[in-house]
Amino acid sequence: MAEKFRVLIGKPGLDGHDRGAKFIARALRDAGFEVIYTGIRRTPEEIAASAIQEDVAAVGLSSMSGAHLRLFPAVIDALRNAGAGDIPVLGGGIIPDEDIVPLKQAGIATIFTPGTPVQVIIDAFATACRHHHRQRS
Amino acid sequence: MDTRDILRRVHGGEPRSIGRAISLIEDQVDCAAEILQGLDPERIKASFVLGVTGPPGAGKSTLTAQLVRHLRLQKQRVGIIAVDPSSPVSGGALLGDRIRMMDHALDQQVVVRSMATRGKLGGLCASAGAAVRILAASGCRTIIIETVGIGQSEMDIIRLADISIMVLAPGFGDDIQAMKAGILEVADLIVVNKSDQPGAEKLALDLATVFQNAEEKNLRLLQTIASENKGLDELVKRIQDMEKQCRLNGTLQKRRLQSSALETLDWAIEILRSRLTPLIEKQDKSIDPRLAAEKIIRQLIQEKD
Repeated sequence: MAEKFRVLIGKPGLDGHDRGAKFIARALRDAGFEVIYTGIRRTPEEIAASAIQEDVAAVGLSSMSGAHLRLFPAVIDALRNAGAGDIPVLGGGIIPDEDIVPLKQAGIATIFTPGTPVQVIIDAFATACRHHHRQRS
Repeated sequence: MDTRDILRRVHGGEPRSIGRAISLIEDQVDCAAEILQGLDPERIKASFVLGVTGPPGAGKSTLTAQLVRHLRLQKQRVGIIAVDPSSPVSGGALLGDRIRMMDHALDQQVVVRSMATRGKLGGLCASAGAAVRILAASGCRTIIIETVGIGQSEMDIIRLADISIMVLAPGFGDDIQAMKAGILEVADLIVVNKSDQPGAEKLALDLATVFQNAEEKNLRLLQTIASENKGLDELVKRIQDMEKQCRLNGTLQKRRLQSSALETLDWAIEILRSRLTPLIEKQDKSIDPRLAAEKIIRQLIQEKD
């Protein structure tokens, strides 16, 4: 990877199940990404502020608690309010099929569910980052 | 955004432009030099660069977060650059130092930037030095660079910082013995963190042999429990007294000049590297590497003339 992609992986809300987020963070690192991991129990505003300071090209959210319908769009809102609505947001976790359409309508670029191959996730992040970098210049 | 726009926003403290400016330097984009040249030299001069290094698990990030809290009570705008190594295999990096700084995540006057070393030949100095100046120009009074003290990076941070702290904790055993000869002599302050844990007293005693006399020991050795905010008042006071003294006696200015010269060397090597690689590929492989290097350099110099 000649171009360096910086991404943020974070967990919004009170859900403390971080194995998935950490697994994705490591997988992205091993694929050559620079991954900023912000840990568990973050507010959408904290995630947005961190994404901006770190100048990431994409944000990845993980949720296992069922609160994704509220929390993922809240991160999008927080990014928009902070003037960074152009940063793509990808999400994954225990997400029922029927929630995918409303999440995409709310602006989440891609949704990953249990069973999504890790290479698909890596490719989706690479695509999102590449797109964002092109917009920048 | 054009360069002038970015510069104006950086000086106005706008978070997104600060982040972008640092990325442009990291990615070595053409306009990077123009941005760095346009930074307010007065703000850079007035800023103070504190290096925090130490072995993994010594509590550097927790200590840094506490330092930030104290500096914020003094109403200072603070910048933090957290450096972690890039994987030499994948080129990727996992940057997790922010987790300990999340208390400050919504504070507009605390700017945190994680940086990966990206396998630079000259270590972290080149990009991190530039990032320090961007944060200073954005109005940060104190900039803390934090890096894990393994291998070369701790020396790099010490040459980049105005004052540096080595953070240790009990339980590292013989590592301390091995460190004695090098890094401990160069760090301005040595902090024994987690000093409520078994072995802390012994560590402090072991460290005593690093100092020439009791007076120096009293000046350079401190004990803290960062997670409980214990010993932090004393540490902050010591750091700030030291800064004042270094400014007065000219040490700080001298260190900056040295650091600037080293950063220039780092960038020069970095720039040269891309020109050297194709020449090396063309070289006769039967020549001994030492001799081959000399030939290539001679070739390069002649090209210029």
